[in-house]
Amino acid sequence: MEVRKPQQSAATDEFIKGLWRENPVFVQVLGMCPVLAVSNTAINALAMGLATTFVLLMSNTLVSMLRSFIPKQVRIATYILIIATFVTIVDYVIEAISLELHKSLGAFISLIVVNCLILGRAEAFASKNSVGHSVLDGLGMGAGFTLALLCLGGVREVFGDGALFGLTLFPEGFEPWIVMILPSGGFFTLAGWLLLINHMKKRSAMSAERLQELPR
Amino acid sequence: MNEQSLWSVFVNAALVNNFVLAYFLGICPFMGVSAKIATATRMGGAVMFVMLVSSVCAFAIHHILIAIGVPFLELIAFIAVIASTVQLVEMFIKKMSPTLFRALGIFLPLITTNCAILGLALFQTNRGYGFLQAIVYALGAGAGFTLALVLMAGIREKLELATMPDIVTGTASALIVAGILSLTFMGFAGLGA
Repeated sequence: MEVRKPQQSAATDEFIKGLWRENPVFVQVLGMCPVLAVSNTAINALAMGLATTFVLLMSNTLVSMLRSFIPKQVRIATYILIIATFVTIVDYVIEAISLELHKSLGAFISLIVVNCLILGRAEAFASKNSVGHSVLDGLGMGAGFTLALLCLGGVREVFGDGALFGLTLFPEGFEPWIVMILPSGGFFTLAGWLLLINHMKKRSAMSAERLQELPR
Repeated sequence: MNEQSLWSVFVNAALVNNFVLAYFLGICPFMGVSAKIATATRMGGAVMFVMLVSSVCAFAIHHILIAIGVPFLELIAFIAVIASTVQLVEMFIKKMSPTLFRALGIFLPLITTNCAILGLALFQTNRGYGFLQAIVYALGAGAGFTLALVLMAGIREKLELATMPDIVTGTASALIVAGILSLTFMGFAGLGA
């Protein structure tokens, strides 16, 4: 019993770490291209997040299952082919579900293939860990990625369109900030979130220091 | 078939719809390699070369796959070809010019995961560019990528000397600079119509 308990907490930890402590976008700064490009509305961001999560989950599972069969020399090429297969599936599924969404995401669905996050997780995690842990890792990282996309997409849509998920938030007189919809808005919003997170980290580090300095 | 003139294809790819600042393609090397002007120029050159080769390959693959009726293999074929092109270029440069090979270092293999290359292949196919147009498009995209990278590196070299609050250093400051650069490039919007 004593052996199983830390393992269980480790399993939930695989999931939680992707959400915050090792968040792929805010902390590791991976997979920036889709983050900036399709986060102009919350709906696009959500769709992109879910598509990436699916590909990440499937590729993590498959890579982890095949990890003892894949020769070391050609592993990267194999991973890329596995990822490309699932991306093709996602591409066709999205086209079948909503042609409009497929159009607004454009080539960025196909570009999930070169999202460094997915290849990074395959190489750094799935190729070394059991299937169960890899599934959790994929889900956690995917959720963290989707969360970050929503943070960006939400902010950009609220300021750039005065709406969230297509629902108008502000009264008539609101003048939308066009810059938020433009490409540069993506850069600025992400920079803003990073500043906020850096600030919070620094605050918590400082308060930890102060706690230690307190006289006992 | 797309009837755009070659010059407008070039201007469009290099300035108006700059791959880095308007399409957000190749952000990872843009952030990673833009600390010094010297490395930025070399990286730009390498990317431009790989873009040119993979653009020609992508053109051929697209037509072959359409001819044998399996368009759904396009993505897999593109990425496989780009990966092997990079490998080939790497071996070629190693054999022909060891000095250049050492100068490029890790950047060469990293080009495989540069989304700008795959993006180029996909865009040129989507827009139905002819052979010459595809080559010019690749040249323009490469030139635009190099331009953005070198501009960014110049600004970041100056920023090194400035004093900034702790929380702004690193990625956050690079992103703000990129945002301003991107705003500047919006000024080219009327050029390529």
